[in-house]
Amino acid sequence: MNLTVSSSPHIRGNDSTRRIMRDVNIALLPALLFGIYHFGVSAAIVTAVCIVCAVVTELAANRFLIRDHRELDGSAVVTGMLLALTLPATTPWWVAAIGSVFAILVVKAMCGGLGQNAFNPALAARALLMLVFPTYLVRYFEPQGLLGTADAVTAATPLHHMVMPALPEQSLLDMFLGNIPGCIGEVSTLALLIGGAYLVYRRVISLRIPLAYLGTVAVLTLVFHKTDNAIAWTLYSLMGGGVMLGAIFMATDYATSPVTPLGQVVYGIGCGILTVVFRYYGLYPEGVTYAILIMNGLSWAVDKWTPPVLFGSKGGAA
Amino acid sequence: MKRLFWGGLHPADRKSLSSSAQLDTDFQPKAVAIPMQQHIGAPCTPLVQVGDTVKMGQKVGDGQGLCVPVHASVSGKVIAIEPRRHPSGRDILSVVIENDGLDTPDTTLVPHPDYAKLDTDTLLAIIREAGVVGHGGAAFPSNMKALTNLGKIDTLIVNACECEPYITADDILLRTSPAEVLEGIRIVAQLLTPTRTVLAVEDNKQEAIAILREKLSGAKDMELLVLPTRYPQGAEKQLIQAVTGRQVPSGQLPSAVHCAVFNAATYYAVYRAVCLGKAVTERIVTVTGEAVRSPRNVLCRIGTSYQELIDAAGGLTEDVWKVVCGGPMMGFAQENLETVTIKGTNSVLCLAQFRNQEKENPICIRCGRCVQVCPMHLQPLYLYRYRNNPAELKRYHVLDCMECGCCAYTCPGKLPLVETIRQGKSKVREAAGK
Repeated sequence: MNLTVSSSPHIRGNDSTRRIMRDVNIALLPALLFGIYHFGVSAAIVTAVCIVCAVVTELAANRFLIRDHRELDGSAVVTGMLLALTLPATTPWWVAAIGSVFAILVVKAMCGGLGQNAFNPALAARALLMLVFPTYLVRYFEPQGLLGTADAVTAATPLHHMVMPALPEQSLLDMFLGNIPGCIGEVSTLALLIGGAYLVYRRVISLRIPLAYLGTVAVLTLVFHKTDNAIAWTLYSLMGGGVMLGAIFMATDYATSPVTPLGQVVYGIGCGILTVVFRYYGLYPEGVTYAILIMNGLSWAVDKWTPPVLFGSKGGAA
Repeated sequence: MKRLFWGGLHPADRKSLSSSAQLDTDFQPKAVAIPMQQHIGAPCTPLVQVGDTVKMGQKVGDGQGLCVPVHASVSGKVIAIEPRRHPSGRDILSVVIENDGLDTPDTTLVPHPDYAKLDTDTLLAIIREAGVVGHGGAAFPSNMKALTNLGKIDTLIVNACECEPYITADDILLRTSPAEVLEGIRIVAQLLTPTRTVLAVEDNKQEAIAILREKLSGAKDMELLVLPTRYPQGAEKQLIQAVTGRQVPSGQLPSAVHCAVFNAATYYAVYRAVCLGKAVTERIVTVTGEAVRSPRNVLCRIGTSYQELIDAAGGLTEDVWKVVCGGPMMGFAQENLETVTIKGTNSVLCLAQFRNQEKENPICIRCGRCVQVCPMHLQPLYLYRYRNNPAELKRYHVLDCMECGCCAYTCPGKLPLVETIRQGKSKVREAAGK
């Protein structure tokens, strides 16, 4: 009889990295499926290219760069899918491929791989593509439906109206459902909220970061509204562009956000402030990508500034 | 449900394996090995020699200072005095007694059913002579704990949480001897004169709760507090927080917040010592786990080998993986079955290999679950990250870790957090010693 002698605890919970990644992928499906339904097959192609490139790059990086025999854990699929969701359906396949390889190889693997990267790979890749191929990333077209072609009329996204500043021509209901031009995964607030609710239900994310982020955007746009109808302005600000996708799926990325409860609130507020500032004063109508990337860089510092109150550190007898 | 202490989690408790079984009271080991150290403090020196005949309950070892005596748990002949395997993993000098099966009683200790008349010094001496130590695991001598708390506390807590999965020893004790446990509580209350006495039980022990409720109906001197089941509620600091809302300051004892906590089985031992004049020679041990054929609770003589105890529970199954002294969250894995039970042994847990174990390349994904579940509000991921840097470890309060295992249990990356933090603590202590 051979008894194993090792440290307590002798039992472990069911949670695993693979299971978490699977949950994130499941949570992204509503937004992805809506994107394909809304923008057509081209959205599916962009997504497939991103996912395949991410997984292949991850395999190669694990084999030749990291070399510790780690297995695929589903995180590359998450990165690929997230990147695709931040791209317009009209993005050429090779642009998507470059972004995806960059995300996994440079942003993730070269920093040490899973959990070690300072910046969200999908967002960093999107930032690179915006820098190098801006023409492809700011061209939006009227949604064509499932079988439509992507060479039709150029469209103005809600955010394009809002820089004027003016309320977008789309109705709030269309904004909520996603009946608007934009990137593949950002248009439908409803689909994103369904995914977010699933993540919260599965305890993959807590509400701290999304609520702090969206709450800050709401408060700032309400106070500093640019049209007469402040409430409509706020709602359009929340549902337009990538803030919903960013708050639910990007800012909650484990590796690049704080782990302390207070730190997560601070981080969410920071993302919200920067998003509004970039939207109001930036070169582009959108500011989510750079807002989250900057906060990524601060998240370890935020952890240091916001340690949990140590048990027994204050208060003796009650 | 409202959380009464910070962090924690609710692992599958697996208590039903052994909780429905009758208490096995007829078990007699063929031989026992009484270790000279079953408590925190100085070891005992043997008082008998090889060849001596000893009676059941006879003192076979004693010492000076922070030390309580150990007693023969069977009657019979001393066949060896030699180092034997102790649950800590070390070999400890032990008096080995061959059981004659007669249980010829030793009558040195006398019963004091009229304990209300006894003064503090006499009571403490009785408790010491009977070898009473904390039965929850740490095994601090109870007379010393009571002595250092005299006049300092307002709240006396009975720890009957039994928050570790699998273990049902205290549950069975409360169901089979509730009146005796309550009597023990009243003895300790007489010593420590608390203004509030709280019997804390987790709500997964409904049968015991019903019995206690009936026994305590109309009682004014103590209250039954039913707590939502959550690990590690039975940890001393967490239980004090759950019961009183007070936090024991870092590095201090419960008396700093005017509380004293004893395990339910300890009160039972106090009752036996004072009212019956019996030394600590037996206790209830849960023999359980998926890898033992017929899990049960055994009234077990101190010093019984795991082999005999497990045989009494039908033996191990083929797929046994670990045999643990104590619970699955904080217990000690044993190398073999020669280990013997001691006063603090509440469980012999036989686990079969299962999923979810550590991987070869554990990866921290910074999910932060360890931070959420840590009842001390530490940040285990950083204690892991800075494992080789004593200065950083100290800055992250590594020494406040009580190794409850919540972080490692919940970690999706299966990091060896507790093991690493334990090593980190010794590094910090070494660095401080230099």
